[in-house]
Amino acid sequence: MELLLAIVIGSLYATGLYMLLRRSVVKLIIGLGLLSNGSNLLIFTIGRLVRGRPPIVPEGESSVPSPFADPLPQALILTAIVISFGVLAFALVLIHRAYQKVGTDDLDDLKTTDM
Amino acid sequence: MRLLFPIAIPLTTAVLGLFAWRWRAVQRGLGVAGAAALLITSFELLKSVWQQGPQATWVGNWPPPFGITLIADLLSAIMVALAAVIGFAVALYSLAHVDPAREAFGYYPLLHILLMGVCGAFLTGDLFNLYVWFEVMLMASFVLLALGGERAQLEGAIKYVTLNLMASTLFLTAVGLLYGTVGTLNMADVALKIRPLASSGITTSIAFLLLTAFGIKAAIFPLFFWLPASYHTPPVAVSAVFAGLLTKVGVYALLRVFTLIFIEQERTIPTVVLALSALTMLTGVLGAVVQSEFRRILSFNIVSHIGYMILGLGLFTTAGLAGSIFYIIHHIIVITNLFLVSGLVHAVQGSFDLGRLGGLYRTHPGLAVLFLIPALSLSGVPPLSGFFAKLLLVRAGLHAEQWSIVAIALGVSLLTLLSMMKIWAEVFWKPKESDPLTEGSVASRVPPMAERAAMRSRLGLWSSAGLAVLTAMIGLGADFVLAFAEAAAEQLRHPDLYISTMLQRGHP
Repeated sequence: MELLLAIVIGSLYATGLYMLLRRSVVKLIIGLGLLSNGSNLLIFTIGRLVRGRPPIVPEGESSVPSPFADPLPQALILTAIVISFGVLAFALVLIHRAYQKVGTDDLDDLKTTDM
Repeated sequence: MRLLFPIAIPLTTAVLGLFAWRWRAVQRGLGVAGAAALLITSFELLKSVWQQGPQATWVGNWPPPFGITLIADLLSAIMVALAAVIGFAVALYSLAHVDPAREAFGYYPLLHILLMGVCGAFLTGDLFNLYVWFEVMLMASFVLLALGGERAQLEGAIKYVTLNLMASTLFLTAVGLLYGTVGTLNMADVALKIRPLASSGITTSIAFLLLTAFGIKAAIFPLFFWLPASYHTPPVAVSAVFAGLLTKVGVYALLRVFTLIFIEQERTIPTVVLALSALTMLTGVLGAVVQSEFRRILSFNIVSHIGYMILGLGLFTTAGLAGSIFYIIHHIIVITNLFLVSGLVHAVQGSFDLGRLGGLYRTHPGLAVLFLIPALSLSGVPPLSGFFAKLLLVRAGLHAEQWSIVAIALGVSLLTLLSMMKIWAEVFWKPKESDPLTEGSVASRVPPMAERAAMRSRLGLWSSAGLAVLTAMIGLGADFVLAFAEAAAEQLRHPDLYISTMLQRGHP
């Protein structure tokens, strides 16, 4: 399972970065989305995958017997998902407005503010 | 408790401002009042940290390694105080120089959310929480940058948003790896638990991921291109607050992480940072020299001076870190002020293009002085603050026997002077060419009501003059500021106090 997820995460990062390097603004946003999904999955995987062992303290004991499924990475991912959702929604509106204003979706034409 | 104010006050101000969405006057009043309250509480925080040492607050009363800890050592307290100074100056300036349309679309609440994010990033003691504060700050800055929807703004915003989101993703990746390695994200706890793993490959990978992520945010050498492409596009008040605070959050994060967590990599990281620092200083200033737009020159100067700020981290000595901290204090005030002056110039002559400006020394000598003080300070002319900041770094460099970096730092400060004098010569010294086209546009830009025009110049001048006085005071009272910087550097070099403050729970 870890191996499979590692391959998925690797491909998400790779495709995300590839999309970021394309000229189309829409692909840029898709790339950002893929990257953030990749990092969320990375946190999920690296928090150790444990099946069927919820982190609940059994009666009469003072701590959870390990191994148990660590809830913290999931809380982190939840936060990260909400943030990346909000940011991507903003980015989508931004490129839409930019498209209306500039009339192109080609990043190579969006360089009047550069040099 | 005191630690919560720099976060709670901007939040309250922003929320109240949103409730007062329809009443622009109320929002303006709240914007300034909130900034003033932040200023007062942050200086109280600085005072108490100076007198009683680092302080921590455990949010939700969770025992230390769990939950989120807010902690203020001297560096954090200094940074929060600076953020409050800039917030207040810019809020005051905005009253006069931000147009009503932007004000009606929540300019002041956004400014305060930005301040909240910045203060939160300075005060948090948890790496994931740092990521969240970064995002709070970025979200507010995205909207502030794009607010108004002019073509240049939107183009600049796309670059700014993309690169900053990419940096956030890298940061998040590093945080994930770190959690997988040490099983905690509390900075003090991480610092303790990573020591035995210091030489392993994963630690080095995390360190370099963080260096890249914070490097993008701080705009250091190969990663700075988003900054000069976007900082000159929004209204001046927004550029000024970005220039003063946002990149410095990246620098702060670099200082914090590489003095607290990755100290065992004493060989690799500082060497790399030192090389990056030299390249940042050089490329930044060379970029600045060839530009001919007021705010673009300043933007490239920000990049160049980020190099100075990380120089001390590269030297990794107490004197070097003290120099860096002094430099940050000096630079935040001076660069914000230069941006404010560029806005005042724009208000008078309606352009940022050096070719179109001119003759301001004759018509507005006061404005010329207001420019000259921060400009000379930026290039390091005594007795202003920049001179002492550079002196400290150069001395620390000589002590560490890093001759080449000292030579570069001195050369770059000469080039900085050149770029500032270019602005001086073009904007203030040379006679203005009377060209009917610009004359027309100036006339159309002058606001219709004379009353408003008078108020414009007065408030803007006041906030800029206040910052100029601060620069001069830091120069004249360099001893006093140096004491703060050295104490803060001492705390950075010996993180035990920071760690014990965070982990040993006193009385809540």
